[in-house]
Amino acid sequence: METIAIPAINFAPIMPEVILSIFAMVLLLVNVFVPSEHKAYLGYLSLVGLIVAGFTLIGGWGVPLSAFNDSVVRDNFSIFFKGIFLLTVGMSILISDQYFKREECNLGELYPLLLFATVGMMLMASGTDLMTIFLGLEVLSVSLYILAGFNRANVKSNEAGLKYFLLGAFSTGFLLYGMALTYGATGTTRVVKIAEYVSQNGVVAQNPMFVIGMLLMAVGFSFKIAAAPFHMWTPDVYEGAPTPMTAFMSAGPKAAGFAAFMRVAIIAFPSLKADWSDLLWILAVLTMTIGNLIALNQDNIKRMLAYSSIAHAGYALVGFTAGNAEGTAGILFYMLSYAFMNIGAFAIIVLVGKKGEANNNVMDYAGFGTKHPVLALAMAVFLFSLAGMPPTAGFIGKFYLFSGAIKAGYVWLAIIGVLNSAASVYYYLRVMVYMYMKDPVEEFDWMKLTPAVAICIIIAVVGVLLPGVVPAFLLNLAQQAVLL
Amino acid sequence: MFEYVWLIPLFPLIGVVINGLLGKKIKNETVIGGIGSLMVFGSFLVSCGILIELLSRSAEERVFEKVLFTWIKSGNFNAEIGFLIDPLSALMIMVVTGVGFLIHVYSIGYMHGEEGFYRYFTYLNLFTFSMLLLVLGNNLLLMFVGWEGVGLCSYLLIGYYFHKKSAGDAGKKAFVMNRVGDFGFLLGLFTLYWYLGQNHNVWTINFRQLAANAHLLPVGGVVTVITLCFFLGATGKSAQLPLYTWLPDAMEGPTPVSALIHAATMVTAGVYMIGRLNFVYIRSHETMMVVAIVGAATAIFAASIGTAQNDIKRVLAYSTVSQLGFMFLAMGVGAFTAGIFHLMTHAFFKACLFLGSGSVIHSMHHALHHAHSHDDPQDMRNMGGLKKQMPITFLTFLVSTIAIAGIPGFSGFFSKDEILWQAFANPLHGDLNIILWATGAIAAGFTAFYMFRLVFMTFFGECRIMEKAKSHLHESPLVITFPLMVLGLLAIVGGYVGIPKLIGELFGGIPNYLEHYLEPVFKGSEEFMAQQLAHGVAHHSPALEWGLMGTSVVIALIGISIAFFLYVVSPSIPAKFTAAFPALHRAVYNKWYVDELYDFLFVNPCKALGNGLWKGFDVVVVDGVVNGVAAIVKGFGGALRNIQTGYVHNYALTMTLGVVVIVAFYLFR
Repeated sequence: METIAIPAINFAPIMPEVILSIFAMVLLLVNVFVPSEHKAYLGYLSLVGLIVAGFTLIGGWGVPLSAFNDSVVRDNFSIFFKGIFLLTVGMSILISDQYFKREECNLGELYPLLLFATVGMMLMASGTDLMTIFLGLEVLSVSLYILAGFNRANVKSNEAGLKYFLLGAFSTGFLLYGMALTYGATGTTRVVKIAEYVSQNGVVAQNPMFVIGMLLMAVGFSFKIAAAPFHMWTPDVYEGAPTPMTAFMSAGPKAAGFAAFMRVAIIAFPSLKADWSDLLWILAVLTMTIGNLIALNQDNIKRMLAYSSIAHAGYALVGFTAGNAEGTAGILFYMLSYAFMNIGAFAIIVLVGKKGEANNNVMDYAGFGTKHPVLALAMAVFLFSLAGMPPTAGFIGKFYLFSGAIKAGYVWLAIIGVLNSAASVYYYLRVMVYMYMKDPVEEFDWMKLTPAVAICIIIAVVGVLLPGVVPAFLLNLAQQAVLL
Repeated sequence: MFEYVWLIPLFPLIGVVINGLLGKKIKNETVIGGIGSLMVFGSFLVSCGILIELLSRSAEERVFEKVLFTWIKSGNFNAEIGFLIDPLSALMIMVVTGVGFLIHVYSIGYMHGEEGFYRYFTYLNLFTFSMLLLVLGNNLLLMFVGWEGVGLCSYLLIGYYFHKKSAGDAGKKAFVMNRVGDFGFLLGLFTLYWYLGQNHNVWTINFRQLAANAHLLPVGGVVTVITLCFFLGATGKSAQLPLYTWLPDAMEGPTPVSALIHAATMVTAGVYMIGRLNFVYIRSHETMMVVAIVGAATAIFAASIGTAQNDIKRVLAYSTVSQLGFMFLAMGVGAFTAGIFHLMTHAFFKACLFLGSGSVIHSMHHALHHAHSHDDPQDMRNMGGLKKQMPITFLTFLVSTIAIAGIPGFSGFFSKDEILWQAFANPLHGDLNIILWATGAIAAGFTAFYMFRLVFMTFFGECRIMEKAKSHLHESPLVITFPLMVLGLLAIVGGYVGIPKLIGELFGGIPNYLEHYLEPVFKGSEEFMAQQLAHGVAHHSPALEWGLMGTSVVIALIGISIAFFLYVVSPSIPAKFTAAFPALHRAVYNKWYVDELYDFLFVNPCKALGNGLWKGFDVVVVDGVVNGVAAIVKGFGGALRNIQTGYVHNYALTMTLGVVVIVAFYLFR
């Protein structure tokens, strides 16, 4: 009998992806047998999956490995981002059960979808082939479209899902077309090979096909990280999506977008750095400014944080523009910190909100500080960090992003960033004013702090304050993880 | 054991977390107080272990640095979270945790039934943590964190009875005055860091590296600026002229706090800091002289005020200021060991005195409360004859008073006499030495007088408390008297670790253990000093030393005798004296009007300036500009918001436009 020779496949670089996929599929099966009031157990099970996946990550630190014919890689960069994804998903799961029980939309499919989304994000971070990255992005996007519209009974959630789907598909067109053109110009989809080709055939940089390919890919990634002018889907989707999913989307997929964007820009087009720096400069300024300016006028806190999240992508783009070690390490640090502070804030929003996405206005926080001093203090910590004040991780992150820009000679960009950051204080502190300086209108007696949400908030507070006070450890990791 | 040094600050921090987060729910005072005290006791045990290991090592191996991790790193700047063990810090942690533990125990009894009991112990543990950070930190920045931390806790604890306006004000005053000093500390830190980095490429704030590179610093010049800046910090924290006025007001806090923070530990931070940076200080003769003069002046100035106060705690407060002056005098004449020695003995007897006064106040308060009287339980004019009702308190108080007065055989004698002798014998300041010695000696006489005045007014004579309350006076419970007894014992024996050579020889050559022990820390500075005074260290005959020692003892005895005469033999004389010299008495009683002077010079002009700026400049100009900018920015935001229509096709159109613009820009540039 003839045996089929199976090529040796090294699963080690994608071990977390494999584990999460298995967990997701098992969860889909188990879900059928779990009664709806016990769906939380699926959440716990997925947390186990995340932890197991996390353990397989740790061993790979400092031991780069690529597999599948060089289309995925396990390096410090991807491990750092995968850590962010695991954390983001884990924290979002912790706040999900309470929310979806309240919204009476307690469906078990949530957890497998979240895990698949994580797999997608991980592939984006570790993909070293345009096709792998695209595959990851699609796995992520398809899961996200469903998650955004997960609250089927809610019109706004439906709207969010549909809008995200339509615009996402639209942007994917750009991305894929850009990849196709790049392939056409260089004859390869491996990011390393593209760089090799460009360095050997310098004239290709003048080839419009190649330039447009590069730009269209940038557009596709810009959509994913919600950079202006490709940000317009963000407020509607973030506002309409179920709050825990908004928390997830604002931190995880954004980081994944940055991971893929950075790998392609830094590895595939290093010789064209000057060219894409110009583009990134404009994107950064537009993104920061538009995000912050519109956030000033928002009353809905989810929408406000959506615009704020646009602005934060702008800050990260400042570090990206700088392109040096400080700036890129700053992005890694910032993405992690942002996950803590933003999901923490959304955890509070989940608690304060009422059924049917009610009670999400800034005014509804009047007197929160006197009624729930500890939770209000946690919220204050998150808001301070978002505003970039010491001693929080938000401050340290911005400090390194902007100082990276200054070292690279982008002084004006740093100044615009600081001005933007100053303007943002207004809308963050506005929440604080309502929490602490207005008399309570309501008793906040519907609020119920479950252990899961409490754990999420504690993790977030520690994650915001600890790197804010002792940043060296995390910063060291981020510096080891940069691609340069 | 050295490896576990991080446990020392960790224990109190655990106490902070437990009591701070759960204290409100625990409610049980014994549990809260027990946790708080046990944590400090844990630190004390580890400190003991470290001291034992330190003593078992040879003198060269007694320095150890435990770096936990890098804290801040930015360019050349590198700050670690790390702890430095050397004879000096080992001595300090023993004092802080040992005395601290006793005061924690005492507090359980003293604060019994107080509202916010858990808050008190949280602050107290937080204070211990900060103080340990201050003395153990291996670099200037970590020391500064502790420095600020103890200041914060001091503020919180002075204002513990925050519903009382005077307590709140006192807290604020302490905080503001300390800020002035802290500013100096920071300036000194930056200048030192910048100077060594800029000129010698030594970018460091680590103590050991600084010490190793001290030879790069010039003598005088910029070092004078650096050390004076640091010294400004020390005057704030250690309540020296001109920044001392907060300390007497700080007596608004609970008495154990006064004992721990405002007598035994925090206020000595300035002395410790000079000891830690001795290698910098010694390189500026000018600063050393300033330190010595400020110390001596504070010693006599505060002692003079102490003679006319009637509030038992205020007397002790001025006494603390005065004794701190002695320590600075020692530092200023280069007698670092003597200064640290006095810091230690002072911690024992002054903590005992404060706790003893707390015991008295506690008892008085109870008695007056039962009698429904509104008399002040802290006013010595209401006391008298308490030795019968409170024998243990009396005895420990008396022992400590003898110690502070400088009677031979008690701890204070050894350390104070060492300081006075060094002030006289050390040739660093030339002819100034006689003035420094004389000032110190007279201040010591004042000290003996006001302390015995206090003892006589409180414990001797007729009991002046109202008749109804008398029967309610009683000795405090064991939880209060136990720390008193331990501290009283230490007030006697604590001095025998540093017996002067002269006396030691008399008893068959007992060495000065402390000097020997601290030698590795101060050796460099002493050698440097000897070099500077190349023309030779003046040698004095033993007869002179005996003579000066005798003189200071006689001065102390005179002070005691006057107090005895005035307040026991014929108590009517002080009143007559006051009547005869009303202006003098008023001036002394009102603390030489320094507070009023500061109000006139600084506080009121600042308020006027603030009000003027607020009404004239702030409201019109600043608010106008800020609101204007805000309105414009918000307007822009509103306009941009209109683009966000909510229609998917509009969004898609924007995206497409963006793509077209970008591509066009790159293709046609």
